[in-house]
Amino acid sequence: MAYALQQLINGLTLGMIYGLIAIGYTMVYGIIGMINFAHGDVFMIGAFVGIIVLTALTGLTSVPLGLLVAFIASAIICGVYGFSIERVAYRPLRGSFRLAPLISAIGMSIVLENYVQVSQGALERAIPSLIPGGVTLMNQGGFVVQLSWMQLAIVIVTIAVLAGFTYLVTKTPLGRAMRAVEQDAKMAALLGIDTDRTISLTFIIGSALAAFAGVMFLLYYGVIDFYIGFNAGIKAFTAAVLGGIGSLPGAVLGGLLIGLIEAFWSGYATVAYKDAAVYSILAIVLMFMPSGLLGRHEVEKV
Amino acid sequence: MSNVLELDRVSSFYGPIQALREVSIEVPENQIVTLIGANGAGKSTLMMTIFGDPRARSGRVMYYGEDITGLPAYQIARKGIAQSPEGRRVFPRMSVEENLLMGAQVVDYRDYAANLRKIFTLFPRLEERFGQRAGTLSGGEQQMLAIARALMSMPKLLLLDEPSLGLAPLVIKQIFGAIRELNRETGLTVLLVEQNANQALRLAQRAYVLVNGQLTMQGTGAELLAKPEIRAAYLEGAH
Repeated sequence: MAYALQQLINGLTLGMIYGLIAIGYTMVYGIIGMINFAHGDVFMIGAFVGIIVLTALTGLTSVPLGLLVAFIASAIICGVYGFSIERVAYRPLRGSFRLAPLISAIGMSIVLENYVQVSQGALERAIPSLIPGGVTLMNQGGFVVQLSWMQLAIVIVTIAVLAGFTYLVTKTPLGRAMRAVEQDAKMAALLGIDTDRTISLTFIIGSALAAFAGVMFLLYYGVIDFYIGFNAGIKAFTAAVLGGIGSLPGAVLGGLLIGLIEAFWSGYATVAYKDAAVYSILAIVLMFMPSGLLGRHEVEKV
Repeated sequence: MSNVLELDRVSSFYGPIQALREVSIEVPENQIVTLIGANGAGKSTLMMTIFGDPRARSGRVMYYGEDITGLPAYQIARKGIAQSPEGRRVFPRMSVEENLLMGAQVVDYRDYAANLRKIFTLFPRLEERFGQRAGTLSGGEQQMLAIARALMSMPKLLLLDEPSLGLAPLVIKQIFGAIRELNRETGLTVLLVEQNANQALRLAQRAYVLVNGQLTMQGTGAELLAKPEIRAAYLEGAH
């Protein structure tokens, strides 16, 4: 019981991070119908901006202020990356055959990984735990259930970011324009919506969310390298597919489920095969329910 | 009398197929102009060519004397041209309210409430369906919504592409009544494309006939209604 509760806490924390990344996949898929495979690497860059800022600010400012600066700097820089990636690698291929932007995305992913590897080094980088300690929730026969302050902070920040994001998408003119372009881009243009601008903003927002996830990943694990985007990216993509690609609540739900599967698998089966468990889920979902948990059943437009 | 819209020998292609051949039409201010023609004559291509999608391969599209041929669709919309397109194209997963808000995106939000009241007087049905998802509306309601959405931008020129398609006669009557009312009371300029030639010609002050991408006839609505070849080609069996 206590052990399961601990896995639940761990899984939800991890799931929140996956959910934030998954939103970026699902938003881009919704609006231009492609899987942005470079998205995981934007997340990785977010983590690196975080470690650079936090290392530079160590001792200069208080921890909360340092974290705030890290989050904001990371979101802005990743936003610029997201915007540029779409401009350079995807927009010129719009209207081309379907696989072209996908291949371009994989290329972009490799470019970003190698670029960070060269500029930041191939070794793992670490920071000390910035929010140490936690609260003991339960002590059952010597097994202690811990909720660390870091986990609590991750959950609170994610919920706040998701609330803001939900408001943006459902209530603001920009969010409405994004949904309109997603449903019928040509019609949106006839109503005066600059679809190119809307697509750019979608990339910027998705990338900023990935940046938040990247900084939180850094804080949670304390260790990053240039390759973290690949694994986290595929897991978040799995989350988006599981939730139903194109569905925003689905992305969050899928993220939480993937986080839980990973935590419980590690806790009860074996840590060694936790990634295999997640990818098996991806394969099974794609086979038996390709539209996901909250996705729409739609016929592929040819 | 000044022209709101003028097409000057416009040719346009739909993929490799030439859909319009040197089409010239004039839409004078405060008038209803109709373009009739059979399925596939190029009517919808003409409507979309006005919005630059597809762009006219040759010829010019003039709006209040300004050449708008090369502009992107969204900028043309912001100049005051609104379209209720072929197939209605309401946003299916948005509510009626949100669809109308999309229409109002280009105008000052302060006008929104007043415009909404006018829309509800014109189409009371939309008020009943205000919170409903547009994809769940009936065909007639979707058509009303498509027209209403276009009107929310307070356009100077309204393009209507086959508003009667697939609708029951009673609904058609209601929609044509609304168009007539808008034109009479607010002086709205309308370019109406129709297969339903009988109704369209009765409504329009000026009419063109499009056959295989070419204009073959023009005149007042009443003149064309009286022509035997029009009656034979477009009105037989229609009431």
